[in-house]
Amino acid sequence: MTAVSAPPASPAAQPSPAAQPCPTAQPGAAAQPGAAVRPGPPLWLLLELTYRCPLHCAFCYNPTNFATSGPELGTEDWLRVLNEARALGSVQLGLSGGEPLSRDDLEPIVAEAHRLGFYTNLITSGVGLSETRLRALKGAGLDHIQLSFQDSTRQMNDFLSSTRTFDLKSKVAALIKQYEYPMVLNVVLHRLNIDHVEEILQMAERMGADYVELANTQFYGWAWHNRRHLMPSRAQVERAEEVTRRFRERQERPMRIFFVVPDYFEKRPKACMNGLGSIFLTVTPDGTALPCHAARMLPGLAFPNVKTSSLAHVWYESSGFTHFRGDAWMKEPCRSCPEKTRDFGGCRCQAYLLTGDAANADPVCDLSPHHHKVVDAALAAGQSGEKPLVFRSRANSSRLF
Amino acid sequence: MSTVGIHGASRPSIGRGFRLQWEAAQNAYVLLFPEGMIKLNGSAGEIMKRCTGESTVDEITADLERTFETSGLSGDVIAFVAMARGKQWLSVAL
Repeated sequence: MTAVSAPPASPAAQPSPAAQPCPTAQPGAAAQPGAAVRPGPPLWLLLELTYRCPLHCAFCYNPTNFATSGPELGTEDWLRVLNEARALGSVQLGLSGGEPLSRDDLEPIVAEAHRLGFYTNLITSGVGLSETRLRALKGAGLDHIQLSFQDSTRQMNDFLSSTRTFDLKSKVAALIKQYEYPMVLNVVLHRLNIDHVEEILQMAERMGADYVELANTQFYGWAWHNRRHLMPSRAQVERAEEVTRRFRERQERPMRIFFVVPDYFEKRPKACMNGLGSIFLTVTPDGTALPCHAARMLPGLAFPNVKTSSLAHVWYESSGFTHFRGDAWMKEPCRSCPEKTRDFGGCRCQAYLLTGDAANADPVCDLSPHHHKVVDAALAAGQSGEKPLVFRSRANSSRLF
Repeated sequence: MSTVGIHGASRPSIGRGFRLQWEAAQNAYVLLFPEGMIKLNGSAGEIMKRCTGESTVDEITADLERTFETSGLSGDVIAFVAMARGKQWLSVAL
């Protein structure tokens, strides 16, 4: 049996696909030189339905230039994408954004996904989730809701999301329980809230959470822009891990806690997306198909739009999906490394952001000649200098570009 | 692995929050759950699809032995059901 762990995907949350080791063992996924092996299906489909979001989180992984993105796909386009993806073998569906509840056609999209046999996951801040909508989504066949919190207290939640949403989210958490969904909380950790892990876990317990994902910020998009404010210190990370460990030991009710370590403090990279183009396909609000949330930054690759390209073309033929599939693209030290089948060289976006070449080893790996750049970035934690923390908003997006 | 509590009269059903379905693209039964998926091997799939809450472990075993023209599967079925209950893939009415 093969466990396929999800590349977690959430508007507030970061892509943390390396959280669990994942022996996907898709026989065709690793292309062998000279052998034209058909890749496995895009098991995971993430639809970023909109960049509209009532929150303004400074750690969002959405691109900082989202304000320049083209118009959102219409309902018919999304329904066609669902049908094409299901025909290719997609089975797990994430509905994300931005805030997916900003779309008033979320219910028909969920209904079609359910009819097609998807397992449907709504990844939401909870803002906009009234009882009327929740009842309609349940009726449409929604399988699961992941609710994001920014911190354990109203003050910090509201500061970090630049909104007044804490009380609303707490009400939504109660509604989710009332409608008999498993309660899955996601909290993105960073320098400004990581010292509150104890309080965050207590909050989760009070709310009756079944799962809590403590996802350390991964640095893409707005989080990359704000990284000097958000990067925790090593001491903070170690303290948070210790608090989590002690909490697990004495907790009374079953609540599974996932602590996603911040990879800047690691010596080996995450197996990002199980390798680009192996199981994951995301579509951005304007219809651009990407092999990971952040891949649009990678230069020289074609990322087709689903309005004009079939998903079969996207998955099997477009360079955005084929170029980094398998290991033919690898340079040293990855090329001859026995661990390349485990971590696939890490994250292409991180390699590009920190070394300028997406085909380099992810510099999180201490075998990378660029590893010092990760160490330097970690050591620079808190040295924010003159640059202010910039909250994610349409106005700030326009201002930055 | 403990098989405590699992016996011939137990009635297993798919655990809450899980969904079992056949995936043609993977030529396998898969177990779906929040943000994840388990691809089942052939025998696991054949057992799980019979875990409807209606049939007892004895009835499931008999059906498997009839379908695959074999015998002596009881121990394997009980061990699998116990393992799957431990992972909450199955809930078991005793």
